[in-house]
Amino acid sequence: MTSDLTRLTLKAARDGLARKDFSAGELTRAHLAAMEKARGLNAFITETPEKALSMAEAADRRLADGAGGLLEGLPVAIKDLFCTEGVATTAASHILDGFVPPYESTVTRKLWEQGAVCLGKTNLDEFAMGSANITSHHGPVKSPWTQPGDTADLVPGGSSGGSAAAVAARVALAATGTDTGGSIRQPASFCGIAGIKPTYGRCSRWGTVAFASSLDQAGAFARTVEDCALFLQAMAGHDPKDSTSADLAVPDWSGRLSGRVKGLRIGLPKEYRVEGMPSEIERLWQQGADWLKAEGAEVVEISLPHTKYALPTYYIIAPAEASSNLARYDGMRFGLRVEGKNLAETYMKTRGLGFGDEVRRRILIGTYVLSAGYYDAYYLKAQKVRRRIAEDFTAAFKEVDAILTPTAPSAAFRIGEKMDDPVAMYLNDVFTVPSSLAGLPGMSVPAGLSADGLPLGLQVIGRAWDEQTVLDVSRAIEDAAGFATLPYGLEA
Amino acid sequence: MGYTIKGATGDWEIVVGLEVHAQVMSSSKLFSGASTRYGGAPNSQVSTVDAGMPGMLPVVNERCIEQAVRTGLGLKAQINRLSVFERKNYFYPDLPQGYQISQYEHPIVGKGVLVIDMPDGSTREIGITRLHLEQDAGKSVHDQRDDETLIDLNRSGVALMEIVSEPDIRTPDEAVLYMRKLRSILRYLGTCDGNMEEGSLRCDANVSVRRVGDTAFGTRCEIKNVNSMRFVARAIEYEARRQVELLENGEKVVQETRLFDSARGETRSMRGKEEAHDYRYFPDPDLLPLELEEHFIERIRADLPELPDEKKARFIEAYGLSAYDAGVLVAERATAAYFEEVASSSDAKLAANWVVNELFGLLAKAGVGIEESPVSAANLAALIRLIGDGTISGRIAKDVFAIMFETGEAPAKIVEERGLKQVTDSSSIEPIVDQLIADNPGQVETWRKNPKVSGWFVGQVMKATGGKANPGMVNEVVARKLAALG
Repeated sequence: MTSDLTRLTLKAARDGLARKDFSAGELTRAHLAAMEKARGLNAFITETPEKALSMAEAADRRLADGAGGLLEGLPVAIKDLFCTEGVATTAASHILDGFVPPYESTVTRKLWEQGAVCLGKTNLDEFAMGSANITSHHGPVKSPWTQPGDTADLVPGGSSGGSAAAVAARVALAATGTDTGGSIRQPASFCGIAGIKPTYGRCSRWGTVAFASSLDQAGAFARTVEDCALFLQAMAGHDPKDSTSADLAVPDWSGRLSGRVKGLRIGLPKEYRVEGMPSEIERLWQQGADWLKAEGAEVVEISLPHTKYALPTYYIIAPAEASSNLARYDGMRFGLRVEGKNLAETYMKTRGLGFGDEVRRRILIGTYVLSAGYYDAYYLKAQKVRRRIAEDFTAAFKEVDAILTPTAPSAAFRIGEKMDDPVAMYLNDVFTVPSSLAGLPGMSVPAGLSADGLPLGLQVIGRAWDEQTVLDVSRAIEDAAGFATLPYGLEA
Repeated sequence: MGYTIKGATGDWEIVVGLEVHAQVMSSSKLFSGASTRYGGAPNSQVSTVDAGMPGMLPVVNERCIEQAVRTGLGLKAQINRLSVFERKNYFYPDLPQGYQISQYEHPIVGKGVLVIDMPDGSTREIGITRLHLEQDAGKSVHDQRDDETLIDLNRSGVALMEIVSEPDIRTPDEAVLYMRKLRSILRYLGTCDGNMEEGSLRCDANVSVRRVGDTAFGTRCEIKNVNSMRFVARAIEYEARRQVELLENGEKVVQETRLFDSARGETRSMRGKEEAHDYRYFPDPDLLPLELEEHFIERIRADLPELPDEKKARFIEAYGLSAYDAGVLVAERATAAYFEEVASSSDAKLAANWVVNELFGLLAKAGVGIEESPVSAANLAALIRLIGDGTISGRIAKDVFAIMFETGEAPAKIVEERGLKQVTDSSSIEPIVDQLIADNPGQVETWRKNPKVSGWFVGQVMKATGGKANPGMVNEVVARKLAALG
């Protein structure tokens, strides 16, 4: 019984609650048990079982009254980048030690208003900076996946590795993530689940610890495209407290989800055939195109000529914004403080000990590119290239309705690999960064397995505010792929 | 003006530009809903945005935008339809976010002009370079504990307008006149209360010197936080002399930030705290570029009050006032309104005289503003009318005025109760003159040699009547009686 409930989709669990097949309390207890069992993955920084049970109890009361929101009684996990009132929020950084927000982020507030049940706060790369969830102060997250016949621990991807692992390990029905350059889509691909980053401005950033303000966007992990649609629907919406949030109504994505692609034009950007891409990824990409063609879509090759500049552009803009966004962690008002002999030394000690290597690396890069004498050559130039990249997409979307690409250039790798080579690590995001720079919605959907038996995802990119097409195309791939493999430890 | 500093090697001219920080009158801060009230308990007016808490985002306060536009229009400046908030990055404990949100390359207000009124009645235009909006920082309190600095974030996030002048100012006095005029305009507009003691108006002065006749600017120093009108002139004077001395000794002026020490009356280098900052300005990604609709600007323009310059011109034109009197009367909106009320029912020139020469003196002595004047405008007008219709003499009027100021009573009542009415009946003056002539043969003899001595008789009559006699009448009677002596 217990394991059955954790294998449900978000939608099936919702239907089960509506039919009173089980209670929110039972559903929550099943997931809390799974969370305990999966503790070895290190997917959570803070577990909130008591909060979960009391939220489930309240949900059961509302369900009994025939009331209840979109996600009433459904246990979910929250990336520990969203501030949660009264619950420690760490951004996986030593520097936020002891910080308990007196406020609730807009995204999580919306989830709780729709009745969702909070299981806990998931692990991530420190300040969401990373692609393997190995930079967390609270230790790396292990993917629930291992290669068949091998026991080596694999990365879940990052930065939202804990959320992806929790959903893939059947610990949470869905989880929030944030995506700055691929932090939802890449871990979704590595963990064999669905993950969507909506259009920049769709979800409020208020109360979410900032990494790079012009790129950060909250999104959803779940095991199906439909679940992602449902979950994202609850998270999204205009927020007057975030000046970059769009004043647009949230469509009923899940209700309108058809998976129909007949008549749609799908673009395959030729620049995404990068050198050294494994042939199995290339084959999967072609397979995805063939599936869509079989469903009546027209597949065409397109060009996004500035693609090769996307990664360097991203690694100027994101660190620049981060260097400023992270200035507030100075040991003066909250979090870690390491006393020095004077003010400058207190700053240096606090920030030197509080931030990990990757965060310090990016603060240094960001400070450098914004410095007098370098600003024009780096930051300003990057902003110009960013506009060219966005224009590439605008031009492409005159020809096509959606773009299909691989999500990542490889399957999950072992914990410890690429640790000493930041550039190799950054290449993980080569397919996800361009659409992030353009602020476009993108989704990763599980499409197959690598030769080593590890999940691989395909990415669907859509027009701004057209999450519906992204979801429909993703759904078509999901249906055709029929991806049903479970992480090997969960098969029984 | 010809203000120069005489050096050993020749005459030097000073060049000054002012950067004024004016706190925007607004009940809440530039990017948060926290109160801006002055004098609250430390850290009692701080939102999670002002404290730089994780995940907090700024949302621009439209009221502050409106105030900046209003000020720009008041300075006859160009309003920029598109402006950009940028981050100025530096670490300091009273700057919670680690950056100040300010405007850098694209300010909300561009070039404008401010007219200063010179003491001789002429005017001079000082160019305004720009006006931009920015957040204030918190306050570091160093003197409450021996070994700790305390931080008060009440000011953190309060909206400031930084108003930058062109380097058009040539004398310390012009700098003061500029400050006074700017303050006057801000107060007319209701965009800044101009209170320097509370820090709502602060001034930094950029000062350089050059030889008279040179056209290139010298190296300038920025003098920070000159926080009273008095200090503006003193700081500039001291700094200019310091620079002249350096240059005449063959040394160089180092471009730097200096602090004015009002106790010692000197400026000193702030190097150390302000050393070569690289502020790494970049557009704040949390805020969209600020776009203003034409109708938003026009609505504010339509709502502008009559400003000091226009009012001054009107006072000169409509009331026939001197440029000086008009300038003094329009400096404060309340004063101008008071004057106009007095002038509406009495002689305007007399009204100006009474307000400028009599009322201002008593108000200053009592330390109260014109809003609290014990003499109402209606009562002052009534007093002027009593002089005009001969009920009291000008001399008695001053006594009556002093009583009015003390008691707040109407002049007619005071004149009546105290019997101060002017004596205009010659039959009551004649016996006094007769008596004087009879008692003072010596003075009569003197008068025969020097007719001007008739004034002595007039003075004695005024004395005898307690000043109530009509001076014209007394003159006439004295002249007639003396003439009758033959």
